[in-house]
Order: sequence, then C-alpha cells, then structure tokens
Amino acid sequence: MIAAPPARYNRIVTRLTGPSLVFAVAAFVLVLGGCSKQQNTANDPSGLKPGAARKSAPAFSLKDANGATVTLADFKGQVVLINFWATWCGPCKVEIPWFVEFQQKYKDRDFAVLGVSMDEDGWKAVKPYLADHKINYRVVIGDEKLTDLYGGIDSLPTSFIIDRNGRLAATHIGLVDKSDYQNEILKLLEDPKPAAGIQPGADVLATLLGPNQRP
Amino acid sequence: MFSQLCSGQINVLNIAPPRKVTVKAGGTGDGKLTFQLLSGYHVNSNTPSDQYLIPLRLTWNPGTLEATGVVYPQPGIQKFAFFEKPLSIFSGEVSLLSHFKAAASVTPGLNVITGKLRYQACNDRMCLTPKTIDVTLPVEIVR
Repeated sequence: MIAAPPARYNRIVTRLTGPSLVFAVAAFVLVLGGCSKQQNTANDPSGLKPGAARKSAPAFSLKDANGATVTLADFKGQVVLINFWATWCGPCKVEIPWFVEFQQKYKDRDFAVLGVSMDEDGWKAVKPYLADHKINYRVVIGDEKLTDLYGGIDSLPTSFIIDRNGRLAATHIGLVDKSDYQNEILKLLEDPKPAAGIQPGADVLATLLGPNQRP
Repeated sequence: MFSQLCSGQINVLNIAPPRKVTVKAGGTGDGKLTFQLLSGYHVNSNTPSDQYLIPLRLTWNPGTLEATGVVYPQPGIQKFAFFEKPLSIFSGEVSLLSHFKAAASVTPGLNVITGKLRYQACNDRMCLTPKTIDVTLPVEIVR
C-alpha cells in the first residue's frame, strides 16, 4: 500500500543524525543526479546540448507504413526530430499537429520528422490514426531493440532532436512547449551542412581516426 | 526504491493485500481487489472516452473459482489540457469487485485464484506504456 511507506521513512529519518544524515542526503542527491540525462534535458527544455557533449544517434532500420525501409542514414545532413508516440497517448496527440506543421514549414531547409509508434497492435492501430490526423511525415513502428538503443522509452511522448551530424542534440520526455521544439530546430538548422561523405554518427569514427582521416 | 525515482521506472499502481474470498462449495462469493495510484497519475476507466485509449481490464484465470463478473467503480470524468474531451478515468484508491462461483465438486480448503490487471497510466504531461500485471486473491472453500 502507498500509505505505508511514509511512516517507515519517518522512522528511518529520525534515526539519521549528524554525519549519517549528511551522507544520506548526499547519497539521495547522487541517486537523483544519476537519473538519465533525458530527465535532466526534459527539465531544461531551452537547452540544446553543447556540440562536444552530443553523442551519435543510434542507427536503426525499420519499415514505414508503405513497407519502405527507413534508416537513420536516410536523413544524412538533416536536422531530425524523432518522436516516440502511441495512438493511446493523449499528450502525444497535442504534439502531432506541431510536428505536421514543422515538417511542412522546414522540410525544404533539411528538416524531417520521424514518428516512432509504440503501439503494440502495430499498423492495425496506427494506419487509421495516420489517416485521421493527416500525418505528413514518415512513421515507423518501434520495437524493443530500438527503444533499448535510445535508452529505454517508458514514457510517451519522448522526442530526440538530432543535429546535421547525426548527433543527439536534445531530448524531451513528456509534453513540452511547442516553442521549445521550434527554437531548437531553428538553431540546429543554422549549423552548416556537414562535408560530403559524412554519415550520421560518423563523428565517433572521426574522433577515433583523427582529424585527417575523417570518413 | 531508488530506481523508482527516475521517470519511467516509477511504479504508479500499487495493489493492496487482498482479503480472503470465502465461498461455499456450490455457492457464490465476492472478492475485492484494491489498488492505489500514485498522486498525479490516472488510468483510463473500463469505458474510456476515446476509441484509441486503453481500458482498465481485470480478468481472472479459470481455477478453483469461476469468475462471473467484474464490477468497476463509477469513473471520474476529468478534463485534461492534452485532450479535447473529458476523459473517463480512475485515480487515487480504486476497488474492483469480482463475483465468483464455486462448483459443487470443488475440494474444500485454502487456495488462490489468479488473474491479470491491464492498465495504462498517464499524468497531465506524459503517459506510461501499458502494463499487464499478475494479481491473486486468496480463496477459502468451505462446506
């Protein structure tokens, strides 16, 4: 029962005094600090990660509603918003019209939205929804392998914004303001296009090989 | 405990220890399953307001008793900023009453009946992936 823990915690807290209390508080703060970076980013929606702190977005290969293969490499040189959603997710429904608008507005500036549906019923549930909501961007059905690659997706909506170099620039868990997305997308679109031949995620290899051996 | 502090790993639904269901062989009886939702979270009711929403569903496996029905409480109707129409939801403490029937031939004694509770929880900014959890009720068959 939920009612039980507070009394137990009260007993624990009353036993903690002096150094043990300081240690307990420090441990608590460390544990909270150890929560995923996604959580931290969600609390700081204005912040794109600094370039040096961005990690390569994990590569994937999934089928869209037409059966065509979608890979991260398809979006080479583009700013991409990957949105994990589901038809049963109310807050996701708020964001979808924004993404439809972004796709329409910025597609000619090397921007794309990719929806990843987490519906257990797959296309049976998703295809009617795509039609109902006039979704104009590509959608794939997510699987456990993909969610594991992206750090485990337990809460929806969860969105990742990927920069032109295929790196994770921002993460948002839960519903955030439309302007947060828009500002981040526009900022990332200002970045110069990567040199020809650079693949999404190539920065890791480039770092390993050194500056003169970029792929 | 600490792992539950991070979003997405929170267990938002806690089942209370259930009371024993006592049923006479050949008779009927009721069992109550009570759960508590974490403050700020809700689950869709058994009759959600939208075709895409996932309903709360309690089912019992065939066993010592045969389940003849589940009575869900009156849902709350609440408006959320993220949805255009009010939602039919449960929040706080929720009790589901199940009706059972025992065969005349059932052996008297202590047993358990097992089932599954499927739910999908949200707060006002995010939803958690649907879950199906195992539930049990202690049962005593008497003559």
